[in-house]
Amino acid sequence: MNKEFEFVIGLEVHLQVKTESKMFCRCAADYFGQKPNSRVCPVCLGLPGALPVPNALAVKKCLSLCLATNCQINKISKFDRKNYFYPDLPKGYQISQYDLPLGENGFLEFDVDSDSRRVRIRRIHLEEDTGKSMHTNEETLLDFNKSGIPLIEIVTEPDFVDIEEVLAFAKRLRQTVRFLGISNADMEKGQMRYELNMSLRKVGSQKLPQYKVEVKNIGSISVLEKVIKYEFERQADILASGKLPTQETRGLRDLSGKTYSQRIKEDADDYRYFPEPDIPPMHFSDEYLEEIKSTICELPQARKHRYVFDYKLEPDTAEVLITSKVRSDWFEEAIEKIKDTALIKEIAKWLIKDVNAIIKEQKLKLSELKFTPKQFSQLVEMLYQKKLSGTLAKQVLAEMNSTGDEPEAIVNRKGLSIMADETELIKVIKTVFKDNANVVGDTKKNPNAAKFLLGQVMKATKGKADPAESARLIADLLSKE
Amino acid sequence: MDIKKATIKDIQEGLINKSFSAKELVQEYFHGINSRNKTINAYIYLDQESAEMQAELVDAKLKKSEKILPLEGVPAALKDNFNLIGTPTTASSNMLRDYISPYNATVTERLIKSGALLLGKTNMDAFAHGSSTETSDFGVTLNPYNQEHVAGGSSGGSSAAVAADMCCYAIGSETAGSVRGPAAWCNLYGFAPTYGRISRYGVVAMGSSLDRPGVLANSVYDCALVTDSVSGKDEKDATSIPEAETTYAHNLKAELNNNIKLGIPKQFLDDRIDSQVREQVMQQIKELEKKGAKLIEIDLLDPKYSIAVYTIVSRSEISSNLARLDGIRYGHSSEQVLESIIEQIALNRYEGLGNEARQRSMTGAYVLSAGYYDAYYKKAQQVRTLIIEDFNKAFAKVDLIIGPTMPSVAPKLGVTSGNPVFGELADMLTEPSALAGLPCISVPAGFNNEGLPIGMQIFGPQYSEQLVLNTAYFYEKHLAK
Repeated sequence: MNKEFEFVIGLEVHLQVKTESKMFCRCAADYFGQKPNSRVCPVCLGLPGALPVPNALAVKKCLSLCLATNCQINKISKFDRKNYFYPDLPKGYQISQYDLPLGENGFLEFDVDSDSRRVRIRRIHLEEDTGKSMHTNEETLLDFNKSGIPLIEIVTEPDFVDIEEVLAFAKRLRQTVRFLGISNADMEKGQMRYELNMSLRKVGSQKLPQYKVEVKNIGSISVLEKVIKYEFERQADILASGKLPTQETRGLRDLSGKTYSQRIKEDADDYRYFPEPDIPPMHFSDEYLEEIKSTICELPQARKHRYVFDYKLEPDTAEVLITSKVRSDWFEEAIEKIKDTALIKEIAKWLIKDVNAIIKEQKLKLSELKFTPKQFSQLVEMLYQKKLSGTLAKQVLAEMNSTGDEPEAIVNRKGLSIMADETELIKVIKTVFKDNANVVGDTKKNPNAAKFLLGQVMKATKGKADPAESARLIADLLSKE
Repeated sequence: MDIKKATIKDIQEGLINKSFSAKELVQEYFHGINSRNKTINAYIYLDQESAEMQAELVDAKLKKSEKILPLEGVPAALKDNFNLIGTPTTASSNMLRDYISPYNATVTERLIKSGALLLGKTNMDAFAHGSSTETSDFGVTLNPYNQEHVAGGSSGGSSAAVAADMCCYAIGSETAGSVRGPAAWCNLYGFAPTYGRISRYGVVAMGSSLDRPGVLANSVYDCALVTDSVSGKDEKDATSIPEAETTYAHNLKAELNNNIKLGIPKQFLDDRIDSQVREQVMQQIKELEKKGAKLIEIDLLDPKYSIAVYTIVSRSEISSNLARLDGIRYGHSSEQVLESIIEQIALNRYEGLGNEARQRSMTGAYVLSAGYYDAYYKKAQQVRTLIIEDFNKAFAKVDLIIGPTMPSVAPKLGVTSGNPVFGELADMLTEPSALAGLPCISVPAGFNNEGLPIGMQIFGPQYSEQLVLNTAYFYEKHLAK
């Protein structure tokens, strides 16, 4: 990347709110994958005479996001009409919010390489989604199932200084809305979309650039990354040649991140906003806002930091644990009442590695596992107390997931507990030595020989031997050979 | 059977006493319609067959001496901006000439539940833009009292249908004075309750913050009874008043409250008002004084401010409300196919919307555009607040306000042409109370020396419907000619 320039980036994020019904009518909001125009009524089709009635749950969810991102709430808020013509906009205006959004002046914290960062949020408002146009060579088809789906728009200040910040912010925001139950933020279903506002300036310059390029409808974080890289090169080349990039809206043709000019705009669009006369202004009482505040759970950033500070987990481990609330909650349940941070670390490690492996392999959800978080932590505890070896623990885990039995019951039933009797173990080692006399002879020259012998001991005991203890005894016996 | 100026009470008594059957009644009304509607042009849609079928069901009920519903068996008409499922809802426009509504307005729904027997849908100014029905794309409606004169507007078809005994009562709607005005010019009672008392859901919107459905009838009792049938909280209209349905008819008393104070705005009786109208209305008011009312001259803001505010607010809302008429999903679509979809929408609209709608849309778009919003729309809203406060001050001194409904009698045909603000001037005495959403009634106040009807309006503070109706009822019983 050209070292002469740096980013000025602001993001607009559109987020579909998870509700039963649409924003302004009672049509079902489960539009994805449904037969076109099967989730429509006079309101979301914009028929003459139909009127909007706001969805109280969508307002509540948007307020909870405002509160979770430290926004000031406009206790008197209202909807406004944003007027423009487009075939997938059935009323000729979108009901949105203009000068009194639900929330303003907030921020979101996230980490880049264990470094805490903060990006300011200019505003968060609630609006309705549009319908969908599908272009074929011959014609354009319109599907209004998406028309009127509640949509939250989050606008940041142009605070991002590097690409990692943008990506980490996007991820943390996605986790946050999932934690809050506001949205599934399923990118593949278009539930979270990004709009990038980007320009470049000379490194060290404090001034905002004289132009701004807008890239609309970015459907995933990976495409977002590609677009930023592409735009950086494109804009840097133009600037390096002494010109100023055109102020314009650019679009995407595919997922490569390459952008193309869609529309040149010199002035701000005139949407002729005015207060929506069909919906009275909203008044939020302190009690109502307090009630919402009390329902806000611990958020991913806070939870991650707690894992790092209280449980001494590695930041990367903590980050993986908070990828989803389900996983994080599962972990919390597993470590409940456990004080020993070393054991907690072991539980985290096993959750991320071995439980995840089962889930991936068997295409399960965490909630579909046969064993409970508590049973899982019991198993890890047995391992931690050296009652089981790693190999045995894996066997028990697999058994737990097929039977749902307690780990201890499985261990007892299968006689899987670790060989506690040292004389018994010494006997096994001696037999291994006898059977592999040539290897025993090699141990002085080849350090791997001892490892081979340990492997043979584990094999002979079907994994019941404690590997550390066995290694110690092998070394001990070898020295006496 | 004499249906001349028949009231709901007259008709239901006749049905119950078996003086005539419901079917005979319907046929009698259609007899009048068939002979008079061709010239008067009150109805633009009629359905005798289903009216007769419905009448037969009423007759079957009566035969079994079953109790009938409040509006059952009584022939009525619906203004064409109310959606009625399966029938054209054109708002008298070419744009919607072929539009068949797939749903019912709340008013329609409630009328049907109360047993209303709808004969057809009535002519109006296209999209209710006007005060003479001369902007209708279905031709003008003539005044039954003098066919060289207009019936008024925008609910002119409704007023002419009742006045010419082509139905017993009719539903209208007003944004400024579109119920009161045509009622005054056709010698009827025209009642519009407080804004939000009757749901706007399913009424083709004109000015959303002003629109209110109303009733045109031959008696105050009928106005009250029909209002009771259609009023009350509607979960489909976010601006509807959150109260159960009203019981105005049940509580109706022909009495003047003790020492009732009637305010007479001097601005309503100055030289902008036709002298015969002034004298006739003053004479009626003096009669009320003789019966015990206390008359107080009051000073309101000059109606010229209301004209300006009304023009800006209504045009703004119109420009946005009509935007859904793009000819894409329904409505007029040009035979000419253009490359650009935006130009296609413009062409569909150009062809489908008449002069008046185009002018109003453009004025509205202009006053809402960036740079003009503050000077026009915002200032208009501020003055609107002053007008509301002006009424509040007045109602601290008087109980009700009384004066002429219209500044003149019904003008001759052709009055609209060449006068783009004819409606605003004609409605100068109804616009102030419309801007404040006050409950109003126009009552017949006699005739001028050419035999043209004169109307007198009575209105009160928001929610004072019962007082307004009781006072009008007293007037009807003791003073009406």
